[in-house]
Amino acid sequence: MNALYRRRRVINFINLGISMLTVLFGLFWLSWILWTLFAQGFNSIDLTMFTQSTPPPGSKGGLANAIFGSLLMSLLATLIGTPIGILAGTYVAEYGRRGWLAPATRFINDILLSAPSIVIGLFVYTVYVANVRHFSGWAGAFALALIVIPVVLKTTENMLRLVPDSMREAAAALGAPQWIVVSFVTLRAARAGIITGILLAVARISGETAPLLFTALNNQFWSSDMDAPMANLPMVIFQFAMSPYRDWEALAWGGALLITLSVLGLNILARIIFRQKSTLA
Amino acid sequence: MDTGNQTSHDTSIQAPPAVSKIRARNLNFYYGTYQALTNVNLEIAERRITAFIGPSGCGKSTLLRIFNRMYDLYPGHRATGEIMLNDSNILDPRQDVIALRAKVGMVFQKPTPFPMSIYENIAFGVKLYERLSGGEMDERVEWALRKAALWDETKDKLRQSGLSLSGGQQQRLCIARAVAVKPEVLLLDEPTSALDPISTAKIEELLNELKADYTIAIVTHNMQQAARVSDFTAYMYLGELIEFDITDKIFINPAKKETEDYITGRFG
Repeated sequence: MNALYRRRRVINFINLGISMLTVLFGLFWLSWILWTLFAQGFNSIDLTMFTQSTPPPGSKGGLANAIFGSLLMSLLATLIGTPIGILAGTYVAEYGRRGWLAPATRFINDILLSAPSIVIGLFVYTVYVANVRHFSGWAGAFALALIVIPVVLKTTENMLRLVPDSMREAAAALGAPQWIVVSFVTLRAARAGIITGILLAVARISGETAPLLFTALNNQFWSSDMDAPMANLPMVIFQFAMSPYRDWEALAWGGALLITLSVLGLNILARIIFRQKSTLA
Repeated sequence: MDTGNQTSHDTSIQAPPAVSKIRARNLNFYYGTYQALTNVNLEIAERRITAFIGPSGCGKSTLLRIFNRMYDLYPGHRATGEIMLNDSNILDPRQDVIALRAKVGMVFQKPTPFPMSIYENIAFGVKLYERLSGGEMDERVEWALRKAALWDETKDKLRQSGLSLSGGQQQRLCIARAVAVKPEVLLLDEPTSALDPISTAKIEELLNELKADYTIAIVTHNMQQAARVSDFTAYMYLGELIEFDITDKIFINPAKKETEDYITGRFG
């Protein structure tokens, strides 16, 4: 074994060691967070959590109003944000090859993608809440939609870029006009990736607190009125966790665990869809 | 077409009698400011196979992609000169590109099945031009798959994804897809370079049958392939057409030194 070979082995060993240590470091904190969540929150997850609304201090209750509010606003935000994101992403990837509009859109979208979500909340507060003079579920849904759009736009663009140009050429060579190539060939080829992007956007908004702080606020009671303040899990967790009451704290842990589990579920679902569809197309 | 007979070098090789389908005159092509083809003149014979050979970057694929105006997809690509197909100039800006592509089909180097079923892959192109009933479409799909010698392998799984086929089958699917719209000309850009020898042999056999109905132009890096399948061969180098003649003549007794060097491997 010559010196050069030994040196290479030593360097390899050191590099591998450092990489593994950093992985362990990251995993350590992650598992600590998950462990704490489970230890504190698992006992509060029961049937009443889904059937009863948030209680006054000192009495039994659940999170039904907050779960409902979170689901409803996330659903509306997804319904508003997804079509805009997909269409804009399609424009940027497929039609924007010439001209300045697509690069400009991409640049602004990247800024929006990394904008702190509290800025989005403040924006909706200024242009909507301050004008109608009350917090509302609609305002919350709009704020969340503004977070969905850049995520979906970016994934749509990236997934369409993964579709090889040879596919576009093959469709064009048959005489297909561009709108047919885009809607029946490339978007179809990118479908699995785009669905994955939507699911990840939903996962992202389901835990957002800052944009709801200025828009939907919170509601102690069950309400399905989108024009009134609406309860939601992140705000309830914030309020209850900071409170001095034991049962409120317990519900906050339960809610936190619930969000974590649903985000985990969405991520797993996204992976399954992406894997299946990309092999079967 | 009489290009084959006018040569004085060797009268023992006769050109297969044919009429010309495509006539290119003074053809130049530019990628932006870079000139990729210089003053190309040639005639492609109807219901014959014409092969284009030459080293990488010689412009043979570029030339092929002009025949269906594929270059239109990209900004800055432009062609000058004249290409007559059925007595109309396809380079004319007024030429309807979609109508042109209905007449001139293309198969690419890499198999490109669309992300849909085998059946839909074939029907995709047909639907662009014809309104067929369900039964008529079934017949057309079967006809195209038979033409591409793929029917027996796929008749029981027409609803499966086109991507579930092997590479060679995918390429035959692409040929079937091109044939299904009933074009007059088929352009093939290195159709077998990504395939194994058995699939290659199948496709070459197929080309031989297809030439009864179609005018075929094929770009290939494989000189044996050009010699095996084609009736006419064009040798290109650095964007120019160096020699164009009957295939046997090109391979047995080429007129130009460069051609001989290339086909005997003494090139460069």
